[in-house]
This record gives sequence, C-alpha cells and structure tokens, in this order.
Amino acid sequence: MMSKTPFSAFVRKEFYHIFRDRWTTLILLIMPMMMLLLLGFAITTEVKNAQILVLDPSRDEATRMIINTLEASEYFEIKGEVTSIEEVETLFRKGDIGMVLVFSEHFSDKMLHTGKAQVQLITDGSDPNYALTVTQYATAIIGGVVQEFSAAQGSIPCQIHSDVRFMYNPTLKGGYNTVPGVLGMVLMLICAMMTSISIAREKEFGTMEILLVSPVKPIVIILSKTVPYILISLINLTTILLLSVFVLKVPVTGNLLLFFLLALLFIFVSLSLGLLVSAVAKSQMVAMLISGMLMMLPVILLSGIIFPVESMPLFFQWLANIIPANWFIRAVKKVMIQGLGFGAISFELMILSGMALLLVLLSLKAFKKRLD
Amino acid sequence: MLRYLLEKEFKQFFRNRFLPRVVIIFPFVALAIFPLVANMEIKNIRLLIVDHDKSISSRRLVDKINSSGYFVMNEEPFASSPIFEKMEKGNTDEILEIPAGFERSLMRESKADLMIYANAVNGMKAALSSAYLSQIIADYNQELRQDFEMITPSHSPPAFEIIPLYLYNPTMKSVFNMIPALLVMMMAMICGFLPALNIVAEKEKGTMEQMNVTPVNKLTFILSKLIPFWIVGFVVLSICIFVAWLFYDFFPIGTLGTLYLFVAVFVFAMSGFGLVVSNYAGSMQQAMFIMFFFVVIFVFLSGLYTPFVNMPKWAQLLGHISPLKYIIEVIRFIYLKGSSVGEMLPQLFALMGLGIFFNGWAVISYKKTNQ
Repeated sequence: MMSKTPFSAFVRKEFYHIFRDRWTTLILLIMPMMMLLLLGFAITTEVKNAQILVLDPSRDEATRMIINTLEASEYFEIKGEVTSIEEVETLFRKGDIGMVLVFSEHFSDKMLHTGKAQVQLITDGSDPNYALTVTQYATAIIGGVVQEFSAAQGSIPCQIHSDVRFMYNPTLKGGYNTVPGVLGMVLMLICAMMTSISIAREKEFGTMEILLVSPVKPIVIILSKTVPYILISLINLTTILLLSVFVLKVPVTGNLLLFFLLALLFIFVSLSLGLLVSAVAKSQMVAMLISGMLMMLPVILLSGIIFPVESMPLFFQWLANIIPANWFIRAVKKVMIQGLGFGAISFELMILSGMALLLVLLSLKAFKKRLD
Repeated sequence: MLRYLLEKEFKQFFRNRFLPRVVIIFPFVALAIFPLVANMEIKNIRLLIVDHDKSISSRRLVDKINSSGYFVMNEEPFASSPIFEKMEKGNTDEILEIPAGFERSLMRESKADLMIYANAVNGMKAALSSAYLSQIIADYNQELRQDFEMITPSHSPPAFEIIPLYLYNPTMKSVFNMIPALLVMMMAMICGFLPALNIVAEKEKGTMEQMNVTPVNKLTFILSKLIPFWIVGFVVLSICIFVAWLFYDFFPIGTLGTLYLFVAVFVFAMSGFGLVVSNYAGSMQQAMFIMFFFVVIFVFLSGLYTPFVNMPKWAQLLGHISPLKYIIEVIRFIYLKGSSVGEMLPQLFALMGLGIFFNGWAVISYKKTNQ
C-alpha cells in the first residue's frame, strides 16, 4: 500500500504549478463567471426599446391608437416621423432604427368599411432573427388594437383563441438555457483541457520521464495531476451556481445532491478524456489544439447554447450525440430547471457512465503502449 | 533589414508543413460547414398534438400545421398518459392541445380555445416556435371566417392587413447574417492573434533574447512579425469572399475597396491588441488563455450572435471597446446595404481610435518590460 505522503506531496506540487502562473489561475477562476454573465445577459431575444419611425399619411383615430399602444409597450419607442418612403432607405443604411411603420391612406375608413387598410412593417433583414422577433412583437400588439376596435363594433364570428403557456420558464429568460450550457463548457475546459496540457507539458520538458523512474507508481502521478483540477472545477461549479441563483435569478428547482452527483460524473468523464488526449499528444501545442478543436469548438457549436441543434443537417445532430457535454447539459436542464428526479435522467447517467468506462479503458491502453 | 526578416518569416512559414495548407483549406471548410451549423433558424420543432376533439375542423387544423414544414409532428391518438411526460423526457418541444368539443363550441358559440404548451428552457426557441404555431392558427381562423361568411353574410368586422417587409434580405437567409461574422472571426484570429502567439513562441524558445541583442529595432521586428500575417489574412479574406460568392451567391453590394479598407483598419486594431497580450504573456499557454478570455468577451459583446441593441445597457457600453462590434456592423452594411465610407464614418473613427489605443499601449508596455 502506497503511503499517503508521496501522493499529497505530488498534489502540492501541482498546486504550486498552477498558482505560480498568476494569469492562468486568474483566468481559470474568472473566465467561467464572465462567460456566464455575458451569455446570460447579453444573449437575449427580448426586444427592448426598439426604435420605431412612423410614416402616417392618414393621421386618424385608428393609426393614432396603434402608435400610442406601441409607444406604451416597453418593447418599442417611437423615435419620430418620416414624410416619404425614400427617406426610409437612407435611414436604414445608417443603422440605428429597428422598424419603420407605414400606414396606407385613409386607414380608419378603409379598415372599418372595405377591410382593405394596410400597414407595412419594414425591418432590417440583415439580422433575420431580430427582424423576425420585432415584426412578431409588433404584429401581436397591433392585432390587439384591432381586437379592441372589433369589440366596439360587435362580435366577430369564429374566434379561435390560443392560450400559450411557457413551461418551466414563463418569462423566457435566456439564463435558463445558458447556465447549463456554460456549466458543461467550463467543466470540460478545466478538466479535460487543463489536465491534458499539464501532462503534455511534463512530457515536453522531459520531467515526465524523471517522475516515472521515481519509486512512485505512475497511476499515483496521474491521479495527483487531476486532484487540483477537480477542486478548481468544484469551486467553479459553486460560483456558477451562486451567480446563476442570485444574479441571473435562475433557480435550482431540483435536488442539489443529485445535481452534484451528476456534475461529479461529468467531471470524471472529462478527466478521462483529458487523460486520453495527453496520452496521445506529445507537446503542449498539440494537446491544446486537440482539446480546442475536438472538444471546445464542438461543444460551443453543437450543444445548443447558441445555435439550435435540431435545425442542423442530420449528420451534425448525430455528431452532437457523441459529445459527452451534451448529455450532461441535457441532464442538468432536467434536474436544475425542470426539477425532475433521478428517474428522468437515468438514461443520461447511463450514457455518461458508459462513456467514462470507455474513455478510461482507452486511455489506459494508450498509456501502456507508450510505456512498452 | 526588414526585407531579410520578412524573408526569414516567410521561409519559416512555408517550411512548416501545416500552416500553408491551413491557410488555403480552412476558409473553404469554414465557409462550407459553418453556415450549416451556425444557424439561428428554428426548424424541425417537435410538436405533439393531443386532439381530444377528432372533428373535421380539428383535422383541418392539424393538416394545415403539418403542411407548414416547421414542425415534426407527433400525434397522440389516445391522450391517456399525462401529456407532459414526453416534454419532461425531452422528446417534444411543444404541445398543442385541442380540447374536446372544439368544433361544437366553434359552431355554436362562434369561439373556441386551444392550449399551447412550449418547453421554454430555451426561451428563444419557445418564443419563436409558439409564434409560428399561433400564426398558423390565426391563418386557419381567417380561412374559417371566410367560409363562415360565405354561408351567412354579415357585416364584416374591421380588418386590415399587416405586411412585413424585410429589407436587404427579403428571404430571411441566416447565411447572410453568418458569413460576415465568419469573415471577421477569421481575420481576428489570423491577423490579430497568430502574430502575437508567434512572438510569444520566440520568447519561450529564447530566440527573442537573440533578437534583442541584434541592431534590429523594435518597430522593424514587430513589423516583420505582423506583415506576413497581414498578407496571409488578406489572402484568406479574398478566398472567403470568393467562396461565399461561389457557394451562396453572396457578394458585397458595396465596393470591395471599402471592404478591404475597413478590414485593414480593423486588422491594425486587432494586431495592436495581440501585441499587448504578447507583452504580458510569458508562455504560449498563458498567451492562449488570455486571448481566449478576451476573444470570448469581444465576440459576445460584439452583437455577432445577438443584436447589439437588445443587450443590456452595461453590456452595450462595454461592447464599444470591442473592435469586432464595429467591423461586424460595417461588413454587414457593405455586403447587404452597399453603404459607402461616408455613411460609416463613426465606425471608421472608432476602429482607428481603438487601433491607436491598443498599439500605443503595446509600445508603452513593451518599453517597460525592457527596463
């Protein structure tokens, strides 16, 4: 039985390595928070104070009512009026305005009698999603105004009212989607990338050989390398949770214990992935490139944090399924946001455990080969 | 002197088996694959329809939703199990519940209710997909009303048409949004960061010390690092413009001269930032991490993924220090709106200002480390 001292000595050595490099330490601890806040706050689809310009040749009761209702909502701000349609083009070329509202002539009159009144919502299609959202918000508000008019006129035949309920996240906060995503990204980054780089560095400097000829078993050396990163990940996990609960106001609705269990399993998967990479990579640069290109990039692109996976071609959807982080993110959403229990994530837990087993076996094999 | 240094850099560049290939292949691959993946469109929404009514009207509605193409339909013939089970398992994004007696109440009372439940863990997706569904239902409602009025003509209710018009991109292709962003990302990486990493690599290898004792002055040395990557960057940019035109028929409406001018100013600012980082970083690992950190901030604050105007005020304020913010705006303007230099003077000045700021900082901090 190995005595406890060499192991703790090795762990201490690893900590020295990490903390001696001020910049890296700082970034390891601050970057997760930055990412969370940026993604949580900056990535939002909410329309706020979109600037509207109005071209209103009729200036009657109905148009005034529509304009006032838009102004009253928090989504829009009436910036002013334009007098001709030619002006619109030049204004859009400079940017700054969200939408131009163009009413047809004799709007009220036509609306009440012929039903031929028109209102054009002109948006800047160079950002399709924004254009679409602004148009939809405006359409909904204008639709509400016409309902009021109709109510004053008597009943309308055949009304279908659809009641939309947003489950789990009634106010449509962006954080509900980004917090699990950032967790997956950060744990992956720290456990897999950092471990692989730190082992690759020992190889590059030649110190790995020295460590391997010491009486300490190789497995102890490897394990001691992982301990600091496990600790740092746990710290990050806690700060992310605190930030998301108190700053982003994303509550943890599920069982906290189950959540940590899940996180530990994922940390284990990431670590074994990092070990596998370090067994293959000979230099820091290669380890960095492999973890950057094969792990970080797919996680950012294919995890659904920013781009919806379902809209991608089938090949990429399939590819998304072999990324461990995606299974973790999926399970975190269930536990944290939807508040579901063990039964709901048993499938994800099984997949992650399977991946862990496979990765450990593969990296053990890769290490053996190297020692032969 | 500069000529020899440049010769050295180019020799090193072409001697590397990896780099020249990356420069040629990367733009092709990036532009071919990225727009497929980096796509904000919401498609293939998994919709579960629970039809308690099973009437002609409800069938018509289901068929109409089916033919819209936005949804992957999944029908529950007998709504016996709790309907949320599928959503909890993550097998469905949205549920439309048609209550029993839908048709009857539509006929008798002339109004009926529907329930839509959207999984809003991803709020943006929920908002857009329920908006699609509501739109289809509203269209269906309009059809019904017309049918109804054919049978029993009555006083028509007040009505008007809302016509959305999407300028510059009427078909709403999100590729048109992504390609400018991709161009910017690539230029930032190649012209901004690779030279900085190259300098740090010289530090790590110790060849920096050797350079310092030669009569080469600092400006010449830095230029010898920057110029090759600038050239490479502009080659990559040209390839990208060509590929975008070839694959997506996407070509700037504005002049190429304007595009290159702005990119040049942007590259100046970005390499200045890279130099600042290279002055502070002692090792490649550090440099990579610092860059990664700032790239993430710059990118998310730039409005690349989400509209800048939608961000909270503090984020917008911070966003003004991101060179990416200005160049993304400019490239989208040139590509889609054909704006001229005169219309984009604020962006030009901002980029120049940032360039002077970063490069000035680089010069000052460079002196410090040599004291």
